[in-house]
Amino acid sequence: MEFDFADEQPKLLMLMYGLVAFVLVVGGLLLLLDAVPAWFARRREAQLVAASASGAPLPRRTRPREGIFAFFFLLPTLLLLTIGLVVPAIRTLLLSLMNRTSTEWVGLDNFGWMFSDDSIVRVLINTLVWVLLVPLVATGFGLIYAVLVDKARFEAVAKSLIFLPMAISFVGASIIWKFIYAYRGDGDQIGLLNQIVVSLGGEPKQWLLESPLNTLLLIVIMIWIQAGFAMVVLSAAIKAIPGDIVEAARLDGVSPWQMFWQITLPSIRPALIVVVVTLTIATLKVFDIVRTSTNGNYDTSVIANEMYNQAFRYGENGRGSALAVFLFILVIPVVIYQIRNLRQQREGR
Amino acid sequence: MTTATPTVAVGTQQTEGTPTTTAGRVRKRLNSRTATLVSIVIALVWTIPTFGLFVSSLRPEDEIKTTGWWTAFTNPQFTFENYQQVLFGRSSSSGQLASYFINSLAITIPSVLFPLAFASLAAYALAWINFRGRDWLYIGIFALQIVPLQMALVPLLKFFSTGVTLGGVTLMPAWDLVDEQKFAQVWFAHTCFALPFAVFLLHNFISQLPGDLMEAARVDGATHPKIFRTIVLPLITPALAAFGIFQFLWVWNDLLVALIFAGGGNETAPLTVRLAEMAGTRGNEWQRLTAGAFVSIVVPLVVFLSLQRFFVRGLLAGSVKG
Repeated sequence: MEFDFADEQPKLLMLMYGLVAFVLVVGGLLLLLDAVPAWFARRREAQLVAASASGAPLPRRTRPREGIFAFFFLLPTLLLLTIGLVVPAIRTLLLSLMNRTSTEWVGLDNFGWMFSDDSIVRVLINTLVWVLLVPLVATGFGLIYAVLVDKARFEAVAKSLIFLPMAISFVGASIIWKFIYAYRGDGDQIGLLNQIVVSLGGEPKQWLLESPLNTLLLIVIMIWIQAGFAMVVLSAAIKAIPGDIVEAARLDGVSPWQMFWQITLPSIRPALIVVVVTLTIATLKVFDIVRTSTNGNYDTSVIANEMYNQAFRYGENGRGSALAVFLFILVIPVVIYQIRNLRQQREGR
Repeated sequence: MTTATPTVAVGTQQTEGTPTTTAGRVRKRLNSRTATLVSIVIALVWTIPTFGLFVSSLRPEDEIKTTGWWTAFTNPQFTFENYQQVLFGRSSSSGQLASYFINSLAITIPSVLFPLAFASLAAYALAWINFRGRDWLYIGIFALQIVPLQMALVPLLKFFSTGVTLGGVTLMPAWDLVDEQKFAQVWFAHTCFALPFAVFLLHNFISQLPGDLMEAARVDGATHPKIFRTIVLPLITPALAAFGIFQFLWVWNDLLVALIFAGGGNETAPLTVRLAEMAGTRGNEWQRLTAGAFVSIVVPLVVFLSLQRFFVRGLLAGSVKG
C-alpha cells in the first residue's frame, strides 16, 4: 500500500549514468583539448632542440591551430543540432508532401486538406483568435501595470506577484483555472466564476463546453501567465528612459497623459516590439493549455494540438507534418518583421 | 475582468503634472493613491487563482467537492490527507505522484547540464576563436531558434525507434530503450531543442567580455581551453545561472516533449504528463488535482523566487525562445 522507494532506484541509477556521461563527455573534451596542444608543444620543443644540436636551420614557426580548437568546441553543438533539429526539420518538410505512412508522394494534398476540412479550418480560426488576443492583451496589461506600479513603494512585491505565474507550468495553470471554471449542477458552486455569476443572480454554466466562449476562457489562462513577462521587460525599458528627458518634459509642463504617449511609449518601442513578437511566437505554439483543459474538444483545438493528434494519435504522419510546416510558415513573417525593426534601430542610431 | 480597471486609473492621471496650488498637490497625491490602490488590487486578483488552489488542496475531500474554497475561512477544516494520497497512495487512481516527481527530477537535471556545457563551449568558440565562416555559423545557429520544435518531433522519434539507415547500410541502430532508459531520449531531445537559444544567450554575454583580458592571457601563453576554464567560466556565472533557471523551468514545465519521448508510464513520465492525464480522466477528483498541481508547482516556484534576479536578467538579455 505504501510508496516503495526501492522501486525508484533504477531511475536514480539512470540519472547517475546520465551525470557520469556528462562528466565524461565534457571533462573528456576539455582534457583532450588540453592534452593535445601540450603534446604538440613538446614535439615542437624536441624539434627545436634537435635542430639546434645538428646546426640545421630552425623549422618554420607553425601558426597556432585555431581552427582545431574551434572545431572541437563546436563539435557537440553542431552534431546535436544537425541530428536533432536540422535533419528532422528537412524530413518533416518532405513528410508533409507524402501520404500518412510516408510511402507515396501526394504533392500539396495535405495542405489542401487543411483548408478544406471544416474541423481544421476551425482549428486555424481558433489559432488566429489566440494570436490576435494574447499578445495584444498581455502586452497592454503588462504596460499599464508597469506604468502604474513604477516607483511605488511596494513595487518589487507587486511585480513578483504578477510575475509569479511564469514559474507555473501551463499544465498547472490549466488545472488552477479549470478549478475556477468548475461547475456543479445543484447546491453550492465550487468554481469561483460560477459563484460570482450565481451571486450576481445568474445561472451557473459549464464554461468549458460553450463554444466560442471556451476558447476565450483558455486564452485568459495564457494571458494570466504571460502578462508578467511583458510587465517585467517593459518595466525595465521604462526605467531605462534617460532621466533628463523626463525632467525636461516635466519642466515644460507636460501632463502625465502626454508624457505617456509622447515620451514613454516612443522610448520603449523596441522593447514593446520584442515583447509582442515573443508572445506571438509562444502563442502560435500553444499546446499544453488546450490539451490539459479540453483536450481540443468542444471546438477549442489549435494547430499545435491538432498536429500532436494527427501525428501521434491517429498516425497521420503526412497531415501532422503539414500542420508543423504551416506553423513554421506562420512564424517566419513575425521574425522577418523583428529583424527589419532591429535593422532600422541600428541605422537610426 | 481585471484589464478594465487600470485604464480608469491612468485616465484619472490626466490632471496637470505640475501642481502649483495646494488643491493641485492634494489631487496629485490622491491620483497616485488611486494608482497604488488599483495596482494592489490587481496584484491580489492575479494571486487569487493560485491561492484558491492552495487552500483547496488542504481541505478534506467532501468539503472540496461540495463547497467553495472561500468557505474555508468561515468553516476551517484542514488536512494533509490529499497530499498523502496523491504522493504515496498505491491504488492506480491515487496519482502516485512521488514516482513521477522523481521522474521529473531525473529528466530535468541532465537536460539542464548538457545544453549549458555544450552551448558555453560553442559560444566561446563563436566569440573568441578566429576561424573562417564563423559569422555564418553563428547566424545559422541563431536562425535555428525560429524552427518550432514541432518540426522535429516526428522524424526524431523515428530516429530513436528505427535508427539511421543510408542506402541499406545501418549507420546507427535503433536505440531500443525500455522503461527508465527512455530518460536518455528525453535528455537528448531537450538538449537539441535548447541549444540555439542557449548559444545565442551565452554568446551575448561572452562576446562582451573585455578583449584585453583574452589578449593578455594569450600573450601569457594560455591556450583556448585554459582561457575558457579559468577566465571565461567564472566571469559568465550570472549568464550560466540565467540560462540554467530558464532551462530548468522550461524542462520541468514541459508537456509536449515528455509526452512524445518519455511515454506515459510511471517509469519515465514527468509530473506534467501525469497531471494532464489526471485532469482529462479524473477531472472531478479535485482533492487529487489540487494537491497534485501544487506538488508540481512547488519546485519551480522555490527556484524561481530564490533566483528571480538572474532569471529577469536572462529574460532581458535575450528574449526569443525557440
